[in-house]
Amino acid sequence: MEYTTDMFKPVAKDIESAEAIVRPSVTYWQDAWRRLKQNRLAMVGLWVIVVIALIAAFGPMLSPYSYSDQSLFDQNMYITREHWLGTDDLGRDLLTRIMYGARISLTVGFVASFINLTVGVVYGGISGYYGGQVDNIMMRIVEILSGIPLLLYVILLMVVLKPGLQNILIALGLVYWLGMARIVRGQILSLKEQDYVLAARTIGAGSWRIIWKHLIPNAMGPIIVTATLNIPQAIFTEAFLSFIGLGVNAPMASWGVLANDALPSFRTYPWQLFFPAVAISITMLAFNFFGDGLRDALDPKQRK
Amino acid sequence: MGGYVLRRAISVILVVFVVATGTFILMHAIPGGPFKKEKALPPAVQRNIEERYKLNDPLWKQYTDYLSNLVRGDLGPSFKYLGRSVNDIIRDGFPVSATLGAWAILFALVVGVPAGIISALNQNKWQDNAVMAIAIIGVSVPNFVIATLLMYVFAVKLRWLPVALWGTPKHVILPMIALAGFPAAFFARLMRSSTLDVLSQDYIRTARAKGLSWYAVVVKHVVKNAILPVVTYLGPLIAGILTGSFVVENIFAIPGLGRYYVTSIYNRDYTTIMGVTIFYSAFLVLVNFLVDITYGWIDPRIKLVKAKE
Repeated sequence: MEYTTDMFKPVAKDIESAEAIVRPSVTYWQDAWRRLKQNRLAMVGLWVIVVIALIAAFGPMLSPYSYSDQSLFDQNMYITREHWLGTDDLGRDLLTRIMYGARISLTVGFVASFINLTVGVVYGGISGYYGGQVDNIMMRIVEILSGIPLLLYVILLMVVLKPGLQNILIALGLVYWLGMARIVRGQILSLKEQDYVLAARTIGAGSWRIIWKHLIPNAMGPIIVTATLNIPQAIFTEAFLSFIGLGVNAPMASWGVLANDALPSFRTYPWQLFFPAVAISITMLAFNFFGDGLRDALDPKQRK
Repeated sequence: MGGYVLRRAISVILVVFVVATGTFILMHAIPGGPFKKEKALPPAVQRNIEERYKLNDPLWKQYTDYLSNLVRGDLGPSFKYLGRSVNDIIRDGFPVSATLGAWAILFALVVGVPAGIISALNQNKWQDNAVMAIAIIGVSVPNFVIATLLMYVFAVKLRWLPVALWGTPKHVILPMIALAGFPAAFFARLMRSSTLDVLSQDYIRTARAKGLSWYAVVVKHVVKNAILPVVTYLGPLIAGILTGSFVVENIFAIPGLGRYYVTSIYNRDYTTIMGVTIFYSAFLVLVNFLVDITYGWIDPRIKLVKAKE
């Protein structure tokens, strides 16, 4: 076959269409979500958390018992049709108490994490942004406070504040922000040298606006990861406090209280200890899996 | 170096002072005195008690007395155990706790570090997955759960080891494992990631290229470099063992300081709570200080004196 020039015709050069971005751009968060979805363990963790939250919210409503209903005829029962997870030494239904415990643990986890999120972000943000002498003094305070295990402060505060759910939240919120403050400060210190901060300042943005609108949103990844990994820590601390007698007041039951109550008789009635222990462990596992997955998703550079 | 040590030493004293003041303020902020009971005491008795413990002095005088006693190492009397001072309680309890703690640290290192190395050398193979699965369980399961499970299986069911109490080497095993669970798991994760870091370094390739056996590379180059983060974690580790001892000593009925501390919380024995808290803080701050100094000595690349930014 012969090729002749009239068989060809020039295609109009259209740089516009060649360069056009057809697909919508993937934002940082969409990208992170896509990575997170691929991490099977993290997704299992997320679903377990959702299920536990649903049980905590609606479980007690479906139960025929309340957490404080005592029945002297049904003491220390093993699993039966009426009591799916048995009863304790006062004949209280263990399943109901564990579901209430889930409420307390999740409340403590989320609220405490939220409080130290706020305190830590504000503290770290101010320290990192102003730098110099302000930073020096603020970080010296953090350094002094973190020379000692935070649990000791919480114990001291609880001794003073008297046990109770509200006070646990206050004590945890007052103490556990140190790690968050450090992370936020580190992020802000490097972010504030970026050009867009200079640009914002040039057009007259104030410090507060720069911190809230530019620096914090850009440091959000590590902040969320730290907050998520704080949740199991808060849950553990609550269980620990309840276990040593500084937790919620009777007849309220948190998982730590249930474990502690079961301890004296656990050779005879091991399931009373076993069930709350499993509940704590599963919740902590779920949050740890999810937190680890979230870290890998939001900061793929760290992934090993 | 000398300047650094001096500065750190000053900050150690400062921390202890802040803790002492903070505890003092907190303990005096509690409504009601330590001798307020449900049943009212005769006024004369009440007066005598307050006289005895100097609770009638103005607050500033109590504070300065407390500090000057503290400087002399006297933590005052216990409010609940008559005739015993807080120093007595620490003298009785601390050696037991320290023994248990030392075993737990050793156990955590011996188990956690090799597990992390094995995991990293077999990255993404079954050994790695197995170690990491166990490690995440170890990080997630609270120590009181581990302690009671161990007790149930090995002491109650199998009867291999004593259920509780203290005295013979056999008594150490279960509480040691319960205390070491979390740090061992943490070490395994830490060691795995730092080993992976080191493995990708150029000097490892160089060592292989010059004909060193893989075994020699791992022992002489990889482990030696990868273990550094573990050393920095020693301070927090000791703190963790210490707070863990509150629970573990209670479960196993070990007469250590952690158990005394928790009992004093139950009893609202304020002077003991104060004294032991200050003792713990001073101890930990001192340990951290020593760890930091050793760290500079182990790895000379780390500059202790902060360079001017």
